[in-house]
Amino acid sequence: MEHVVIIGNGISGVTVARHIRKNSNKKITIVSAETDYFFSRTALMYIYMGHMKFEHTQPYENSFWKKNNIELKKGFVKSIETASKTLQFEEGDSLQYDTLVIATGSKPNKFGWPGQDLEGAQGLYSKQDLDSIERNAPDNKTCKRAVIVGGGLIGIELAEMLNSRSIPVTFLVRENSFWNGVLPEGESAMINRHIKNHHIDLRLGFNLKEIKSDENGKVKSVVITETGEEIDCNVVGLTAGVSPNIDFIKSSTIEINRGVLVNRHLETNIPDVYAIGDCAEQRDSGIGERRPIEAVWYTGRMMGETLAQTICGNRREYKPGHWFNSAKFLDIEYQTYGWVYAKPRENEAHFHWKHEDDTKCITVCYDTTNNTFLGINTFGIRMRHEIFDRWLTEKRDVDYVMKNLPQANFDPEFYKHFEKDILAAYTNQLQTA
Amino acid sequence: MSLATPDALNITTKQKIALAAGLVGLFILLLAVFNVDFPNRPVFLAISLGLVIGGTIIYSREAYLTKLEGIKNDGTWFKSISSRGVLGWALGIFLTTFYIVLYFFPKYLGLGVDGAANTGLVALFDPLSNLLSGNNASQWFVYGTLYTVAILAFGYKFMLKYRHNRYQQLRTASVMFFQTAFAFVIPELMARLNSDDFSLPYNDLKNMWPLNYYAFDQWRVDQFINAQTVGLFFLILGVVMIFVISPFLTYKYGKRWYCSWVCGCGGLAETAGDAFRHLSDKGTKAWKLERWMINSVLVFSVVTTVAVISTYLGYDSEKYWFTKSVFLISIGVFLTVLLAGILYFKREELNKSAFKGAIGFYILTIAFLVFFSFFDLSQIKINASYFSFGLNQNSYNFDSALRSFYGFGIGSIFSGVIGTGFYPILGNRTWCRMGCPMATIMGIQQRLFSRFRITTNGGQCISCGNCSNSCEMGIDVRAYAQKGENIVRSSCVGCGVCSAVCPRGVLKLENDSMDGRINPTEVLLGNDVDLMDLLNKN
Ligand SMILES: Cc1cc2nc3c(=O)[nH]c(=O)nc-3n(C[C@H](O)[C@H](O)[C@H](O)COP(=O)(O)OP(=O)(O)OC[C@H]3O[C@@H](n4cnc5c(N)ncnc54)[C@H](O)[C@@H]3O)c2cc1C
Ligand code: SF4
Ligand code: SF4
Repeated sequence: MEHVVIIGNGISGVTVARHIRKNSNKKITIVSAETDYFFSRTALMYIYMGHMKFEHTQPYENSFWKKNNIELKKGFVKSIETASKTLQFEEGDSLQYDTLVIATGSKPNKFGWPGQDLEGAQGLYSKQDLDSIERNAPDNKTCKRAVIVGGGLIGIELAEMLNSRSIPVTFLVRENSFWNGVLPEGESAMINRHIKNHHIDLRLGFNLKEIKSDENGKVKSVVITETGEEIDCNVVGLTAGVSPNIDFIKSSTIEINRGVLVNRHLETNIPDVYAIGDCAEQRDSGIGERRPIEAVWYTGRMMGETLAQTICGNRREYKPGHWFNSAKFLDIEYQTYGWVYAKPRENEAHFHWKHEDDTKCITVCYDTTNNTFLGINTFGIRMRHEIFDRWLTEKRDVDYVMKNLPQANFDPEFYKHFEKDILAAYTNQLQTA
Repeated sequence: MSLATPDALNITTKQKIALAAGLVGLFILLLAVFNVDFPNRPVFLAISLGLVIGGTIIYSREAYLTKLEGIKNDGTWFKSISSRGVLGWALGIFLTTFYIVLYFFPKYLGLGVDGAANTGLVALFDPLSNLLSGNNASQWFVYGTLYTVAILAFGYKFMLKYRHNRYQQLRTASVMFFQTAFAFVIPELMARLNSDDFSLPYNDLKNMWPLNYYAFDQWRVDQFINAQTVGLFFLILGVVMIFVISPFLTYKYGKRWYCSWVCGCGGLAETAGDAFRHLSDKGTKAWKLERWMINSVLVFSVVTTVAVISTYLGYDSEKYWFTKSVFLISIGVFLTVLLAGILYFKREELNKSAFKGAIGFYILTIAFLVFFSFFDLSQIKINASYFSFGLNQNSYNFDSALRSFYGFGIGSIFSGVIGTGFYPILGNRTWCRMGCPMATIMGIQQRLFSRFRITTNGGQCISCGNCSNSCEMGIDVRAYAQKGENIVRSSCVGCGVCSAVCPRGVLKLENDSMDGRINPTEVLLGNDVDLMDLLNKN
């Protein structure tokens, strides 16, 4: 019987395993060095905040794997020998495969800062990272201040986590406004204010120079590049992005760049070896406007759904539909459908509306040559994925979208609606423009 | 880890004072239980309840209004009281004891027996009871008052906690209103109408059969009939509620119209019980148990009610409109037509185990009906001490034995002692989930004939588990959401908390057409459209 081995028990690896099982009775083994069972990385913050316990972040009951005849192996893969189709484990044993799926995810970026490996300096990615923050920042007596370096989605989650235990947070962000490489100005500015309203010490336009150690090899303080200021702290969160977790592949014949290089069919240069999820990099260029490496939950899942077909004999290209994503900035939910860039590109324009309470806003991007709707960012207002997906497929013009916005509203019942205000602002802008 | 657990999520000085005030209020009640005779009862009662309510209000204002609007679940699984810690167990044991005393030993609360004056706690409530109904208090009046106070005080807290969420606020205001007006004030005031030649049973209008299992007991039906037009109106309203109003509202809005907007049991669970909602078991084993339990209780309640009614119809039929046989045959025909209709029209939606279960429970019920029609239940004697751990030494006729056992086992032990007493251990909706026969009926309807569903927002779910964690009914909401599938479950009470806590805006409770309401998918929205077409078709 064909043996499919999957390295990585994250969303990508688990999705491909589940779908292979649905379509075949191949032998499946999932390997991971992190945890015994699949858990939701996106929920790490809620464990620290006490909303959930670790076991609640496991999407399937422990009996699920046996019931579906999916074998789980705990161990760290040290190297892949593609010629003999063998995995070598750090623990000393090895495993034969017929088909190999690499789904090893990401690791936090560390840019060679002095002191980046001290106890108390850490990223937030794995279960081990969670354990370490629990160790170093259990409360505000043990951790008198934390400094977070890097203003992205994980940085703000870490800030919220520490805030929930009343630990003072200094948040160093290199850009001059939060996540403004992705968010348009109005949105980014609103989030800046929201962060400060939560009493987080947000420092825009600052970089980390070094992390200083106390006599026990623990974090004592950080020094800021721009001002030379030294800030005392017990924990430093390194959240300046992630990159593919593929160091152990370097010694193999599998071609890599920043990630494991794959074609549109998610195949590597070696037959029967595939890569999906955060660690995969599209050869040549990203698909459509997507980046070559997509480190989000949904794309990992979609690659898994697609690759399962290929492995089960129905070779398919990975052809994701319209882009979408979501996140939450402290109390403000964010969703996006289609493409809205931080600055309108050529032949693009943005319409921006913000509610006076400073927690809700939307930005709509459209093509100025033919008025086609290109995408929307929404903050504090939930929208229907299905409707926007359809409108993008139908290439609706922006007027249509603005007029039919109530159809797309997904807020809970009895919520106040703002579509009228939005439409009024939109019409108004057209007249003055 | 051990030393530095974050349970010291500190409360402020103001909160400490508020907590102390609330505890003093409760302490006054406790003193009354131990027969401390307060000189001025109305004043002490007012002080006590005032401190409890005031303490809760100040505490919650400090907890929520000092922070920005948003989800407030920090530390839930760290706090001893809400994570089955020492405080949780202590509270559970305290509540359970209270229920046992309340149901079985009311004299320890000071209830005057055989015409004696009330003492202790019950006596403390005499002035308030006199004010409302003109009568002295009973243990049930004490309980009703405390129950209402709890719903009001914690309802206020809940509304602050969800002050960004109008759905939560409105439904909480609604349960607060129904509890205060319908369950408490109106029935007490109506008792004033009673005189020597006119009396109505205590009637909480919103409390329908079968939740209200004594709705059709002979003494109640007699009282209604004797009370002429008014009584008849209530009796007929009761029946219309069961067969017309409730099915109609459940069709339009799902069972939430009752469970989360009206019901008193639900009301207490959603307010005072909110802090324990995450404790409900989400495992498949618990779900299996739930299906057995809840359907068995429904059968039990139907059988009991039928036994009781058919017995008094048997020896007293000229007083009512039916004879025993007409009654039994109509129930049998009604159930048969109902089941046949479901099996025929909904055959595609029923899986094998639902199918088998439905048939099994049907046969059981019909067997009882046949049994009742051949035997005169009032002639069969049962000794209760075998079934009640010796608490009850009387010998009963079969119908009243069933009725008493139901009242004891289900009405008292299950819904009270376990259902509420175990809030801090089993979660706040154990009764609603495992026991309530009313919930079963509406649940079957919600699953099969209702416009209500929780819509899943395409492919946006990140499987974080917040929804499942906070589902008080133990529904693994995530299991559906991560498949892009709508949630259509008979047990969902539509509390809307899963939707509120979802950090990605994935869930929306809504009423829409029945077509496509149940939408199992293989591949989620956002992926290759051809792949979705291919796989979601088969
Ligand atoms: C805190 C946080 C919040 C996030 N929130 C969101 C969000 O809201 N929305 C969103 O879209 N995305 C979010 N992401 C990103 C998302 O979680 C990732 O894109 C996704 O988990 C990647 O899944 P994966 O299956 O590719 O890899 P992973 O989940 O990283 O799984 C890879 C697994 O492989 C194991 N592994 C790696 N190398 C080896 C080896 N050599 N031997 C054995 N095992 C190995 C790893 O230990 C790991 O368990 C978040 C990420 C983090 C860290
Ligand atoms: S599924 Fe959601 S709405 Fe239904 S009972 Fe559970 S938490 Fe409440
Ligand atoms: S809370 Fe929302 S995102 Fe999290 S598992 Fe539930 S539906 Fe998915």
